[in-house]
Amino acid sequence: MHEMSLSSGMLDIIEQQAREQCFARVRVVRLELGVLSCVEPEALAFCFDSVTRGSVAEGATLDIVSVPGSAWCWDCEAVVSLLRRGEACARCGGYGLQVRGGEQIRIKELEVD
Amino acid sequence: MCTTCGCESAEMAGGGVAAAAGNHHPVHPHEHASRTLAVEQDLLARNDAYAAQNRRSFAERGIFALNLVSSPGSGKTTLLVKTAAVLKQRFPVWVVEGDQQTSHDVDRIRAVGVPGVQINTGKGCHLDAHMVGHALESLRPTGEGVLFVENVGNLVCPAAFDLGEAHKVVIVSTTEGEDKPLKYPDMFAASDLMLVNKVDLLPYLDFNVERCIEYSRRVNPAIGVMLVSATTGEGIAPWLDWVAAGIERASNAKRGAA
Repeated sequence: MHEMSLSSGMLDIIEQQAREQCFARVRVVRLELGVLSCVEPEALAFCFDSVTRGSVAEGATLDIVSVPGSAWCWDCEAVVSLLRRGEACARCGGYGLQVRGGEQIRIKELEVD
Repeated sequence: MCTTCGCESAEMAGGGVAAAAGNHHPVHPHEHASRTLAVEQDLLARNDAYAAQNRRSFAERGIFALNLVSSPGSGKTTLLVKTAAVLKQRFPVWVVEGDQQTSHDVDRIRAVGVPGVQINTGKGCHLDAHMVGHALESLRPTGEGVLFVENVGNLVCPAAFDLGEAHKVVIVSTTEGEDKPLKYPDMFAASDLMLVNKVDLLPYLDFNVERCIEYSRRVNPAIGVMLVSATTGEGIAPWLDWVAAGIERASNAKRGAA
């Protein structure tokens, strides 16, 4: 359940921002989540609710913005979309792929009071 | 302007600063309008910073660090015990063991005369770079050798956590399904080498080695593959050579930098 560690990491970032930017409450946490990151969105949302209890982010909405996966196909010599790791290139059916995007787990912005 | 936080609010009802119970940040008795803050920070940034610190410490000492990952029961510890027992005749070897509970694994490592530290993660499902940093403080590896970190047996969570290693090495055994690389692709994508262990049992099993390799390369076209048996010693020599070459690279890099 590494989503628990990631949620704690999320709270660390939020609390640091609260100190630096001086806010008392977080309404929305907007998180970019790549589909090729090793994170299950539902598990992350569940853990987020648990770890933020009693903090500035208690009750905040976790708005997960899903980012599509992409890879460089060595055969097509082009960037192609990739839904899951281990899938073939949608153009040529080959597996010579190098992931280029869709791995991020990143707090984009906070809506705060 | 509000002098507490610099916001442009004109109204200060109470004029003072009140400490909110249980919070570390100041609040003050006027309403702020909602605002949006651009943050742009990776959730793994903190772990990655600790990992970078570990990596620097390895580089300064010329240590080749490997993060061994697998599902439980792949024979990871047996392979490590055999590997450490042979390599220690040529190089300094250190081991960090990760398990939820018990010191069984580190006891097996120490029994062959190799210094080790056990990390018990409790409810945790993986090692992170901070835990490994603390383990290094008590292990105190000197330099120009190899440090093995045996991660918690789990093909999911440890994939995301960089510990500062030179490579993740994933171990899959012939008593598992050959489709493990497709079922748990993140781990095979994160690893640079796959060891297929328990090849001595192949005559008794349906495990298709070629297919396993093909699946691993669908996920990671650049992954190296070696077939080994920790029990019989089959295929162990190329693996030991691979580790020895890594130690030499780490030592040379250290001397080059000095």
